[in-house]
Amino acid sequence: MELRLHPVALIRALLRPIDPPLFLLLSLLLAAAFVLMQSASPERIHAQLMNTGVALALMWVAARTPAPRLLSLAMPLYLLGVVLLIAVALFGEVSKGAQRWLHVGVTRIQPSEIMKIAMPLMLAWYFQQREGATGLREFLVAAVLLAIPVGLIVTQPDLGTSLLVAAAGFYVIFFAGLSWRLIVPVVMVGVIGIGSIVAFGDTWCQPDVDWQVLREYQKQRVCTLLDPTSDPLGRGFHIIQSTIAIGSGGLVGKGWMNGTQTHLSFIPERHTDFIFAVLAEEFGLIGALVLLVLLLLLLLRGLVIAAHAPTLGTRLLAGAITMIFFTYAFVNMGMVSGILPVVGVPLPFISYGGTALVTLCIGVGILMSIQREYLQSQN
Amino acid sequence: MDEFRSPDQEIGKLRQRVVVAGGFVFLCLCLLGARFFYLQVVRFDYFHTRAEDNRIAVVPVPPNRGTIVDRAGEVLARNFAAYTLEINPSRVEDLDATIDALAEIVTIDDYDRRRFAKFREKSKFFESVPIRTKLTDEEVARFVARRYRFPGVDVRARLFREYPHGELFGHVVGYMGRINDRDVRRIEQEGETANYRGTDHIGKRGLEQSYEAWLHGRTGSEQVEVDASGRAVRVLNRNTAAPGHSLILTVDVKLQRVAAQAFAGRRGAMVAIDPRTGGVLAQVSSPSFDPNLFVDGISVADWKGLNDSPDHPLLNRAIYSAYPPGSTFKPFMGLAGLSLGKRTAEQAIADPGQFVFGGHRFMDDKVGGHGMVNLHKSIVESCNTYYYMLANDLGIEAIADFMRPFSFGEHTGIDIPGESAGVLPSPAWKRARFRTAAQQKWYGGETISVGIGQGYNAYTPLQMATALSTLVNDGVMYRPHIVKYIVDPVSGARTEVEPTPIRRIPLKPAHLAAVRAAMVDVNRRGTGARAFAGAEYSVGGKTGTAQVYSLKGTRYREGEVAERLRDHSWFIAYAPADAPRIAMAVLVENGGFGARSAAPIARQVLDYYLLGKLPPAPAPASEDPGAAP
Repeated sequence: MELRLHPVALIRALLRPIDPPLFLLLSLLLAAAFVLMQSASPERIHAQLMNTGVALALMWVAARTPAPRLLSLAMPLYLLGVVLLIAVALFGEVSKGAQRWLHVGVTRIQPSEIMKIAMPLMLAWYFQQREGATGLREFLVAAVLLAIPVGLIVTQPDLGTSLLVAAAGFYVIFFAGLSWRLIVPVVMVGVIGIGSIVAFGDTWCQPDVDWQVLREYQKQRVCTLLDPTSDPLGRGFHIIQSTIAIGSGGLVGKGWMNGTQTHLSFIPERHTDFIFAVLAEEFGLIGALVLLVLLLLLLLRGLVIAAHAPTLGTRLLAGAITMIFFTYAFVNMGMVSGILPVVGVPLPFISYGGTALVTLCIGVGILMSIQREYLQSQN
Repeated sequence: MDEFRSPDQEIGKLRQRVVVAGGFVFLCLCLLGARFFYLQVVRFDYFHTRAEDNRIAVVPVPPNRGTIVDRAGEVLARNFAAYTLEINPSRVEDLDATIDALAEIVTIDDYDRRRFAKFREKSKFFESVPIRTKLTDEEVARFVARRYRFPGVDVRARLFREYPHGELFGHVVGYMGRINDRDVRRIEQEGETANYRGTDHIGKRGLEQSYEAWLHGRTGSEQVEVDASGRAVRVLNRNTAAPGHSLILTVDVKLQRVAAQAFAGRRGAMVAIDPRTGGVLAQVSSPSFDPNLFVDGISVADWKGLNDSPDHPLLNRAIYSAYPPGSTFKPFMGLAGLSLGKRTAEQAIADPGQFVFGGHRFMDDKVGGHGMVNLHKSIVESCNTYYYMLANDLGIEAIADFMRPFSFGEHTGIDIPGESAGVLPSPAWKRARFRTAAQQKWYGGETISVGIGQGYNAYTPLQMATALSTLVNDGVMYRPHIVKYIVDPVSGARTEVEPTPIRRIPLKPAHLAAVRAAMVDVNRRGTGARAFAGAEYSVGGKTGTAQVYSLKGTRYREGEVAERLRDHSWFIAYAPADAPRIAMAVLVENGGFGARSAAPIARQVLDYYLLGKLPPAPAPASEDPGAAP
């Protein structure tokens, strides 16, 4: 890069790390977020703008950082995350029955958020180190690296985040080639477990039944999903009202700014976790399908980047990040439309909230960095 | 997990996994798409309806309650708007903490807290319950500025009932209170549940209770768009409420005040009726109570004060308490003697000062007797022996049959609740009243006592006034009533309470004239003469003394008997004598001889009603009112 500040050259320099397809899809999603925010919570537009600016800047920084250097950050970042999680367990602030926040000077941070990036980074880096020698021992080490932060987050307790972090780690292990003979039984246990909860939920959800493993409020979330009407003014209210919002949107929706569920405050958390209900109410099935297609294209682009990434570490990292995006999207929309329990997971790129947006955009930036690595290796 | 794979093999394996992941992603998103299709297309109608139900609420608009005014338009009951601070317990997590926090902004004392707890027990879960009523403007402003801190707490403008004359009309107008379970059941039975939606007070006593259906009005409704917290965002459709009807009474506030002041704190009652219509001109029960105390829930201290008072201020003596009529019964007995042919007006008996029956001596109150006594003299001098003999000659059955149409022992049908029927003694009454054969037997001696208004006889002041009205109205009886007419405030249409003669008792004009002439002479030179000295109008009357304490043969000396055991003092009067416009009964509990306590009250009421003359100054209770001119 020459030291000439010609505008065209500057723009080209700025755009160099950017992957056009990813950036286009991301821009469309962020634009949709502004359109929805104007309806759901116009007073937050300004803050949303700030968040987006910061997130895009960090994305750009991540994108222009060479992938090997990103991977070399894995160990320090991971260790920092674990130390902070332990600090939370010891000195964290209790809010809404859970100990998740840590005060750092003027602001407070949620260390579990760091783990969403640090976890796949760490495992990808680890498998990269052991390239060509991935045996059972490596998978066991990976499992331990995965279990430590997940265990810390579960005890906060924060089921949603621990599932996301666990998923992030699992995706790396999956792409690293964990045998199907191990994956299939785990998936089977999960399916049987969820199936039996649905089948026997009525008896398990009696108030005096203690689930041992899960906290009372987590039990409540699962039970409410099984029968939202059993607690229509409490947790069930959220699911009932969001499904009403989605269903009453119909094929083409009630029109922008015209959603009655949205504007009369029936949708809870309508600017954050439940913003999809706003979209489905005001823009109908068509709007929802457009969002699904945009997300699908973004995910496919991510998987393509993973498929031809030059090194093992970047391949694993790109695949895992893409699948984390997918997990966010699926869990969020599944929850809002009433097929998954209420877990505090935002709709990626759309929900209001700086932390999540920054994490996600850094993820996109990492994908771009890996794509650039691929392009450079082709030349 | 081959440890010696080539990088190409590795890449191939990873790409295979990427394809699997891509397929999984695609499937899951398709699943979501299918879910959206199901919700938004297949079940659209259902969810559309649900969303509309969510958004639209029908809110009741309670009507303004009708006012109550006296015959001259003076307001006795009206509404005023005041702000109340209300909590919806279903939307508040920690009630006590919320109330404590509110107490830092507005005054909330123990009484408010107790009342809140009481109301809350009786209200449905989702209903708002008042924690403070009648907030000042400053308190409203202070709360509104901090409203965001108190979800589920709101300030509402509510209409309250107010009784400007307070105690003066406590027993007549009654009061309102919060709707309780019993009220709810009655409202359900009357099919009025919809009409009481949004209303939380109902008439509990007096006219407020008996004219509830007129006063309440028709509840309207508004179709409003509401947000999730139930707050109305805008009105979509409106069905206005019809305000309640106003009551215009036959009662005269000024007359009522004169009568109430004439009691000067003594226990007793007075009823004054226009005999030509049955309209009640004044109705006093002393002591009274302030109905305003009940409007937003009476405090424990106030309730104890009223309920535990030995003077029983909550008791409406005018229509509920029955007292032996004493000698005020004599004009009716005399009329019975004439009408049933047992006596003529001129026919005289010799009074030796006592009447012996079945070995028992019935004493006259004048030692040595009144000499030769005819009907006229028997009433003017209130001779007992004349009526001992007359009762004995008539027999108890004939007496009871003659008296019953005058409303003795029957409800008069007055338009406020809580009337008692009194006791018209007869063998049939005794059989119904008592259990054992010995108790049920009617003794001839009991008939003798009935003749002078003692014994089992017991009538309310209202019954005495009604009977007297009938007597001076030539036997035509009107139902006593307090409401003159009812006005629809919207159309102005009047519903008159027509003076309906409920019966005509066949009485001969000559007989009525004889009795009334004697009653006029009572106030000229008989037992009422002192009280009516110098009256500028002609007035008929009769004194009476009801025994509270059985003397067992000894003579009654007032000073020796405890105040509460003294005789009750009666006076009945009507005026002007030739064309009566007012007939009244006055009772002063433990007032002693009728002429001394009750007659002066009647004098003050009549002076005001007929001449517009106010008494010089309210006489202190200790002074002897009989000494007044």
